[in-house]
Amino acid sequence: MIERISSLIIPLLVLIVVGYGIFKKINVYDVFVDGATESFDMVLTMFPCLLGMIFGINIFLKSDVLNYVFTFLKPLFSRLNVPIEIFPMMILRPISGSSSLAILNNLFAHYGPDSFIGRLASVIQGSTDTTFYILTLYFGSIGIKKIRYSLWAGLAADVIGIVSAVVIVNLFFGA
Amino acid sequence: MVNKIWGFFIIIGVVVCLLTGKVDVLNNEILECTKSSLDMIVKIFPVMALWLGIMNIATESGLLHKLSNLLSPLLQKLFPEIPKGHESLSLIASNISANMFGLGNAATPFGLKAMKSLQSLNDKKDTASRSMITFLVLNTSGVTIIPTTIISLRLMYGSTKPTEVVFACILATVISTIGGLIVDRILARRR
Repeated sequence: MIERISSLIIPLLVLIVVGYGIFKKINVYDVFVDGATESFDMVLTMFPCLLGMIFGINIFLKSDVLNYVFTFLKPLFSRLNVPIEIFPMMILRPISGSSSLAILNNLFAHYGPDSFIGRLASVIQGSTDTTFYILTLYFGSIGIKKIRYSLWAGLAADVIGIVSAVVIVNLFFGA
Repeated sequence: MVNKIWGFFIIIGVVVCLLTGKVDVLNNEILECTKSSLDMIVKIFPVMALWLGIMNIATESGLLHKLSNLLSPLLQKLFPEIPKGHESLSLIASNISANMFGLGNAATPFGLKAMKSLQSLNDKKDTASRSMITFLVLNTSGVTIIPTTIISLRLMYGSTKPTEVVFACILATVISTIGGLIVDRILARRR
């Protein structure tokens, strides 16, 4: 049942958006092309970040250092049913959106999107956002210097999001 | 922050590889990463183009605006300091609606305008107001209802059920948003 509904989400979204556009007498195709054109700029700014992150993360992962350094974390992680491979994503998710998107791609490529790791990474990516980036961008744009407790409130939301992602994915797709 | 973590990853990675005699693996990886990042951008690019196009229709046709009107009453409760009918409320609503479709990039321009508008209500111009922090928490907890980018990427990587994570995402988002707002309220009262 849930699967049926969720597989309808994307087609319905497309139908509603395009249908409403036609109803409002918008030149839907032209507007679509205009919007899609913006992706060129975005990809150009994203690629260097992506390359850098893949570079850093893959060297780090290939060294198997996770196995050495986090040996003491591993029992804790496995007790909580969290694959250690998710660790870099948990650390970088609040800091940089493009890096965690890069990690998500990397995990999909290595373990497949339908693996436990792939699902958990999807939910973490989908349920949190980049606190540091938003904080810097939004407050920077209006010259706020004293950010008070905002970093803590933002990070708390991230931690709650990641923890609930772990719990929920275990409940839904328990390994 | 990113700089330190990135540097840390590389230094540790290289040193450990050298110490454990994995020089060949390392050489291979350094050359290989360029190819894998190009593969990734090739996968992400069309996905982003598609959703930016669809979202542009939603923006131009006023659908996003309609959705934000629906959200306004709820937002009024979350932002008691904002006078009724102030433009910042509708900007916040537009930002949240765009975020709901998992399109952070479409949401950012609204978010920046909303912050500017909140600044006009702020007494101390260099200090974050309570409304600003609440708005920030709403953004950082992520209010994604339809994670379009993730679904498309899953499909690209050959998922048989790309949308199976949607309900898990929604549930986790709702919990993190409510949790974040509670922490925000507690911290706001304390100081």
